[in-house]
Amino acid sequence: MDTHLVEEVAALTPGDYKSDVKPIWCPGCGDYSVLAAVTRALANMGLARHNTAVVSGIGCSSRIPAYTSCYGFHGVHGRSLAAASGLKLARPDLTVLVFGGDGDGFSIGGNHFLHACRRNVDMTYVVMDNQVYGMTKGQASPTTEADWCESKLTPEGPGVNPIQPVSLALACGANFVARGFSGDPNEVARLIVEGVRHPGFSVIHVLSPCVTFRPEQRGWKSTVHPYGRQPTDDPNEAMRAVLEDDGFGLGIFLAGNRRPFAPAGTAVKTIQQIEEGFAV
Amino acid sequence: MAVDSVTIALVGSGGAGVMTAGQMLLDAAAQVGWYGLMSRSSGPQIRGGEAAALVRLSPKPVEGPGDRFDLIIAFDWQNVERFAAELPMTAESVIVTDPSQGDVPAVLAASGARIIELPIKELAGKIPGGRVNMVGLGAVASIVGLPRAGVDAVIDKALGKKGEGAVKASAAGIDAGAKEVAGWGLGLELTAPEARTGIRWNISGNEAAGFGALKAGVKFCAAYPITPATEILEWLAPNLARTGGLLVQAEDELASINMIVGASFGGVPSITATAGPGLSLMTEALGLAVASETPVVVVDVMRGGPSTGIPTKSEQSDLNIAVNGLHGDAPHLVVAPTSIADCLFTTQWAVHLAEALQTACIVLSDQSMGQSRAVVDKPADQPFKAQRLLADGLDSGELFKRYAVTGSGVSPTAIPGMPGGEHTADGLEHSERGLPSSQSSDHHKQLDKRLRKLVGHDYGIHWADIEGDGDVAVLTWGSATGPAREAVARLTAAGHKVRLVSLRLLSPVKPELVAEALKGVSRVLVVEQTHGAQFHKHIRAHVDLPGTVSVLSQPGPLPIRARDVQQALASIL
Repeated sequence: MDTHLVEEVAALTPGDYKSDVKPIWCPGCGDYSVLAAVTRALANMGLARHNTAVVSGIGCSSRIPAYTSCYGFHGVHGRSLAAASGLKLARPDLTVLVFGGDGDGFSIGGNHFLHACRRNVDMTYVVMDNQVYGMTKGQASPTTEADWCESKLTPEGPGVNPIQPVSLALACGANFVARGFSGDPNEVARLIVEGVRHPGFSVIHVLSPCVTFRPEQRGWKSTVHPYGRQPTDDPNEAMRAVLEDDGFGLGIFLAGNRRPFAPAGTAVKTIQQIEEGFAV
Repeated sequence: MAVDSVTIALVGSGGAGVMTAGQMLLDAAAQVGWYGLMSRSSGPQIRGGEAAALVRLSPKPVEGPGDRFDLIIAFDWQNVERFAAELPMTAESVIVTDPSQGDVPAVLAASGARIIELPIKELAGKIPGGRVNMVGLGAVASIVGLPRAGVDAVIDKALGKKGEGAVKASAAGIDAGAKEVAGWGLGLELTAPEARTGIRWNISGNEAAGFGALKAGVKFCAAYPITPATEILEWLAPNLARTGGLLVQAEDELASINMIVGASFGGVPSITATAGPGLSLMTEALGLAVASETPVVVVDVMRGGPSTGIPTKSEQSDLNIAVNGLHGDAPHLVVAPTSIADCLFTTQWAVHLAEALQTACIVLSDQSMGQSRAVVDKPADQPFKAQRLLADGLDSGELFKRYAVTGSGVSPTAIPGMPGGEHTADGLEHSERGLPSSQSSDHHKQLDKRLRKLVGHDYGIHWADIEGDGDVAVLTWGSATGPAREAVARLTAAGHKVRLVSLRLLSPVKPELVAEALKGVSRVLVVEQTHGAQFHKHIRAHVDLPGTVSVLSQPGPLPIRARDVQQALASIL
């Protein structure tokens, strides 16, 4: 992150980044911890609220912008990365964070995820993955196991293999890829800070249990484990290592060196000069 | 005797260079002081398909196609049957054909047009590096009486970058063509141009739309290529960069519309351009722009639909989706340019309106304006700029009400970077603060304000072009305006009193303004290029049209010609 983005702010606390709006989330939802991690990360970085934009799509986790006291944009389902890319490209002075869930990001928004990774605009994408559509009351998402039979929509199970967000992000060229667990908000906050500070597109995959439709995910706290490797700046090495990942390894997989996509025009012509080009 | 208008088709398969020759003909005519219009007819092939450059020249401004083709010159006849219907001819027409390319297709010969042979390929073959299109250009220039100096002036411009050899070969080809036709005496010499006053432009509708956006202060565009809108995006790419803005290529239209919504949330005036299929994909996010009150402009360069339809040919059939395509009650702006030159003003105005009213605005251009090139008088400068109503007093310590209910319906906004204005812009229905709300009172207040700001706005004189008087009126819009205007002019010259009303503001319809414009009218002719009479139904949904109403509504790809409007008017006069 460019140093000029950080303004001296009179020591804001995490609470200062929270709005007065009560989340719609169920008691015990992992997303509360992610919200806590976000406000902690923002306070740690001392980002000015008015220079920070929080963008999301649709879904439980996408409700997060209004729960912060920053500028927020709550768009349509699956298009958060497109809206955020436009915002950051047009306003490179802002710090842009994008939030959403596994359905929003990898199903309806899958194409934008692919292209956001390869475009590498300098922003940070936090995906709260609970392997289910919560807001529509429990349907399989692209990260749901093929044999999960608890949905009325797919009572025999979705029958297709889940995607692995971390390896997908690496394959598509994301410049910073990490995984966190909502049960450890301090670590998630650290990953968000690292992601924001790292130039280019940062993907932070956060395992965030849905206690209502996937109550078995309460057990994730004993399934997650440190990834056990040092972050690499080599995407190939990260990709090889991720092949051994069981989907629950936590930490930073890649902190790459790709240059962010930040085209900028320079005013070298006036409207009058351009107009002269039409003259007969 | 000289003629006041000449309409020419240069026909040949993709590699023959008909478009280059057509553009050079238009440029040369502009050099000597004529006005002109060049449209393109081509198949879907990238290279090698059938193609025709359709050029109309006149000492007076040209806004639509001629009634018939006076002259067709063919370098070959490959697949010309596919667009023969677009080449109306009469026994007065002339077909110049190369005997080495076979007979004139029966469908064209049936017009009774005079057929003259010209060995174009053979003539070009005698010139080192000679090309058939230059021989053809020389022949046409000579037939219409275009001074050679005008042609010479454009050879360098068009071909200079290909080197001296190409320029010489072209000049030799033009000489050869001109020499052959000398003395044919076809009577197609165009009336000499009047003395030129003021600056003239040679511009396409797509360029004009791009330039209008720039003049209004657009600084961001997200682009996904689509025929026939791509030229707007390709024109904006370098010109936005040169003026400190930015164009980014998106992965699809869902991305391009959401990118400009995001950029505009950041306070940067933003635009994209597309055609019907892209507009269909964009409708959800256009609703987001409406609900979140984020200004965006989408230029839809219409083509034949539905579905993939006829990508390279014009139609006005996106009116319905542009006006009614958003789900929910989603009032927004739909405007349409009334000519190629007006693509500039209307797009500039659209950006101004979208920003002033914090909403989405769709500009309905079409292929016949977007991809046609015209020699026009330089449009008058207009003051319209992007200007958003920003909140002040944000340091009061109170939480900002982004969607405050105001008398005008427009809420002062704040953009990221303004301390104290932090809020979440939302596509969910919301309270005045922008917090999600499903309460009826919030929904009703926000619906009311979003409608009120559009209906209550003073659109000035720009909502329509209104010309002439009398108790017969032509009611039209978009590219149908040019032919309608020409038909009205002819009837007026013949002593009739006919009024022209062409709507630039298509939504919201202002019933009181339409009623005023049609005051005293007893017969109305609605003219549009759709199959389903979309414009007629749209207007009738809002306005009780006076007297007897008749409708001239024909689908693409055939253009509406002045003759068509004139005949329809004659039956009600």
